[in-house]
Amino acid sequence: MAPTQKNRLTSGGRIDRSKPLSFKFNNRKLQGYQGDTIASALLANDISTVNRSFKYHRRRGIMSAGVEETNALLTVSDGKGDVPVVRTTVRALVDDHQIKSPSGFPSVNFDLGRVLDFTHRLWTAGFYNKVFKWPNWHWYEGMVRRMAGLGNLPGGEDGNRYFHHNLHCDLLIVGAGPAGLAAALSSVTSGARVLLVEQDHELGGSLLANRALINAVDSDLWISRTRSALEEAVNVTVMTSSTVSGYYDHNVLTIIDRSTVGVKRFWKVRAKEVLLATGAIEQPLVFENNDRPGIMLAHAAMEYVNRYAVKPADVMVVVTNNDSAYQVAFTLYDNGVRVPAIVDARKNIANEIVQQANQRGIPIMSNSVILNTFGTSVLSSVRVGTLSDDGKSTVNPTDEIACQGLAISGGFNPSSDLYSQAGGNLQYAAELACFVPMQCRQRVTVAGAAQGKFSLAEALTEGACAGSEAANKAGFTCAPIDVTTSTTSSYNLKAVRITPAGDSSRKWVDFMADVTVADIELAVRENFVSVQHLKRYTTTGMSADQGKTSNLNALTLLAELTQKPIGEVGTTTFRPQFMPVPMGAIAGQRHGDFYTPARLLPAHDWHVRHGAVFENYGAWKRPEYYATNGRDRETAIREEVLALRRSAGLFDGSPLGKIELTGPDAGEFLNRIYVNNVLTLKPGRIRYGLMLSENGIIIDDGVFARLADDHYLVSTTSANADRIIAWLEEWHQCEWPDLEVIISTVTSQWGVTTIAGPNARVLLQGIESDIDFSAQALPHMSVATGTLLGVPARVQRVSYTGEMSFEINVPAIQSQRVIEALMNLGGNRIAPIGVEASLLLRTEKGYLHVGADTDGMTNALDVGFAGIVAKKQSDFVGRRSLLRADDQRKDRRQFVGVEPLNDNENLQSGAHFVTPQDEGRRSQGIVTSACFSPTLKRIIGLGLLERGFERKGETVTVFDDGRTFDVRITEPVFYDPSGEKMNA
Amino acid sequence: MLRLSCPWCGTRDELEFSFGGESHLTRPTLAASDAIWSDYLFNKENPKGIHFERWMHSYGCGRWFNVARDTVTHEIYAVYKMGLPKPDLD
Ligand SMILES: [Zn+2]
Repeated sequence: MAPTQKNRLTSGGRIDRSKPLSFKFNNRKLQGYQGDTIASALLANDISTVNRSFKYHRRRGIMSAGVEETNALLTVSDGKGDVPVVRTTVRALVDDHQIKSPSGFPSVNFDLGRVLDFTHRLWTAGFYNKVFKWPNWHWYEGMVRRMAGLGNLPGGEDGNRYFHHNLHCDLLIVGAGPAGLAAALSSVTSGARVLLVEQDHELGGSLLANRALINAVDSDLWISRTRSALEEAVNVTVMTSSTVSGYYDHNVLTIIDRSTVGVKRFWKVRAKEVLLATGAIEQPLVFENNDRPGIMLAHAAMEYVNRYAVKPADVMVVVTNNDSAYQVAFTLYDNGVRVPAIVDARKNIANEIVQQANQRGIPIMSNSVILNTFGTSVLSSVRVGTLSDDGKSTVNPTDEIACQGLAISGGFNPSSDLYSQAGGNLQYAAELACFVPMQCRQRVTVAGAAQGKFSLAEALTEGACAGSEAANKAGFTCAPIDVTTSTTSSYNLKAVRITPAGDSSRKWVDFMADVTVADIELAVRENFVSVQHLKRYTTTGMSADQGKTSNLNALTLLAELTQKPIGEVGTTTFRPQFMPVPMGAIAGQRHGDFYTPARLLPAHDWHVRHGAVFENYGAWKRPEYYATNGRDRETAIREEVLALRRSAGLFDGSPLGKIELTGPDAGEFLNRIYVNNVLTLKPGRIRYGLMLSENGIIIDDGVFARLADDHYLVSTTSANADRIIAWLEEWHQCEWPDLEVIISTVTSQWGVTTIAGPNARVLLQGIESDIDFSAQALPHMSVATGTLLGVPARVQRVSYTGEMSFEINVPAIQSQRVIEALMNLGGNRIAPIGVEASLLLRTEKGYLHVGADTDGMTNALDVGFAGIVAKKQSDFVGRRSLLRADDQRKDRRQFVGVEPLNDNENLQSGAHFVTPQDEGRRSQGIVTSACFSPTLKRIIGLGLLERGFERKGETVTVFDDGRTFDVRITEPVFYDPSGEKMNA
Repeated sequence: MLRLSCPWCGTRDELEFSFGGESHLTRPTLAASDAIWSDYLFNKENPKGIHFERWMHSYGCGRWFNVARDTVTHEIYAVYKMGLPKPDLD
């Protein structure tokens, strides 16, 4: 035995004394054994204070041996960085673990924050809203954020790896305690695919803390035989160190699997049937100063002795309201702990139990409760009182009883988190003074302690029955196995958990959120009497433990204070996750390069070779500009614009959304979608159009071409391609299924290369093609199909720049070849154009950029489509909305051009048009696009302005970032208003 | 997470589908009053109980179809093709 492990027993337990592990706690070097949890190793080393409480910075010690732990949530480093809020009661100790107390300044043993405890009357429920009002919250925020909290976020890269998995099974059994194991054994022969999930690294549940005889053998042997039987069965999968964290609709459950070091797997399981054998959680008792280090749940104390060979203290008082804690007292006594008293709230205690206590010489103080506890750094004594006849007060306080530990048992509450997540209702079982599952809409059953069957015999037999029944319900045949125990256990709980005496502001209900009886009393006085309000106002049950040891006592108190039966007070709904799940596990592999798969242009390599600087535009990686000869961004964009205006530019427009519609009703269908008249469009011609939502709002713009009588090609903006195809499908399938039209998306089938500029035609005419590019054969807004460089091609005369422009569509795989051929041919006469230059060119031309120049309130009339709408006879999506008075208001925000009166003013998009000073500077709209035009050598912009159409030529004030200056309202088109260049 | 039975592809997980809101809407004509039009646009059924709604198998066949779902229990009472009338569920 290592000298440091003062509290370690010399024999027994499930630890491996041949495998010592060294670790550090707050930089103190300590030793534990393989098989320890971090908490059991700390206890073995007589570490009592492990943390400071959340609000009052009181000393806190280890209070449990399981997931319900509220205090020993520490910062743990295993060489992969610090992880905060680790439940050390369930985390296995490994060599070189660095454990730190997250709070306490300067240290956990000497914490200046204790001032909050001495002034605790200031920090009652709702104190955030009451105390921090003056001068304002931000004045306090820095201090509060430093003092509160459960640890610091780790810095740097997460060293763990995370994966997502899916699994299907016929029967999912959650929990491998006696009930879960009996259920799994019963279902083995059915052939059903059974998944048994246990959060501990060992199977056995409560049997690990308290051995018994099962089918006439020691439970250790029964567990190992059961494990072998389950592992041999091909239809059974056993997962350990895995927590079922969420229960969702249609029997989907999530599991966080920690069984592989350095890897966390997040499983999504779809189960035909679910059996919850999740056990129960022992509840604390509420008395004055019930939060001192040394006070621990009774069955946790037993688990430390039996499983980890650690005695929590040399002298321990046991306090209970039920029979189950007697076994704890006897176990402590039998392992060398002195037990000066068992304090029992009940008057009548079964004879055989009393006899067993007498044999050991342990005095029983019946009809008694703890009044108060004492101690400076650790517990040193307790005072006991007798319950009065009506149970509403106490009498005859005792002298202080010296002890360093206090084992408390308020009986058990079923672990119903998952059942509640599944939509199940709980009902209050008065004889057990706890909530038990009642009914659930999902295919789920509950067995064992999770159903309020707290004896081992019941857990085994009912587990076996539930296992076979669940397999039967999933469509398989089996019978329950025979499993019995000769170990008897009794319960006989008396529903007294709250000592009716003492300072209620020192009686803790929720250790983790630092909520006291006084907080709940105050909340009720202030009429927060709904359980939902109480929870939020006092924060009871809202910490990382989700109230596993506090909800029941809080509800009991609320019922008492409001004089209602507990069953009528109701419960709050549990939410996933049952235990905290790392964000990394939820992300899985979907981060970094895998977050969104990048879409590359078909000619990506060519752009790379030619100095393209890429930017993400939606999912696409596109050239933002070309850093030719090392030029900077601004220079590049300016030179690209000028090159196109002077001679020709080449723009890769492949991400453009492309949708083909074929069929006799294709035209009619599009006519119902577009604002424009589609039916008058002749084959070979193109039209620019708007699509509206039913509310009249512009959702997309673009051109549509009629390739043949019953064949249309629709172009959408790159960002909206997926949305528009879905939109068209929805209208066709749901509203007009009678129309004969087939809609297919061909966005990625065609590579798009646009050649624009005064020399565009000359260049194209040098390329091998059977298409006639002359102005007569292929005028602006027309389309030709043929071949180019021997491959099929569609060439559309459409322009986004205001120049003569040819949009060349070839099969995507040929796109790079076409670009190379055009660039080789063009030499100095052609330059590649990035997205930024392209956006600048369209601003010069005054073309709408939907989503930038329009917002969620811009309708078709606001961008000058009133004439087109008026001319069209038939209905289209959104048309009825345009008839509303509000849509036709004259003072709507309308699309205009804008230029500063003074050339030096830096007009920026986002600036507001404002009313004159004497009218109170109300916003009249916004500048939506603005740039320095390399072509015009001045600043221009576009915007949405109230009554904009009738204000062309007016001077309007613009407000931007605290400044105001004047601008002139213009037509949106700044470049080539007559369209001469474009139509050339 | 729901499990839906696409009438064309069979039973799949919810993440293959897109929700499309209330089904069986009648689109008013251009002659409809403002009141009727705004009712169509903005007022949707939101029952506690059976909701007739439309879904699309977006990561599958791409077809829209109707679902009768209980908004409280998420029980799926019926899945039927677009254009068919509401089924009688009594
Ligand atoms: Zn489908």
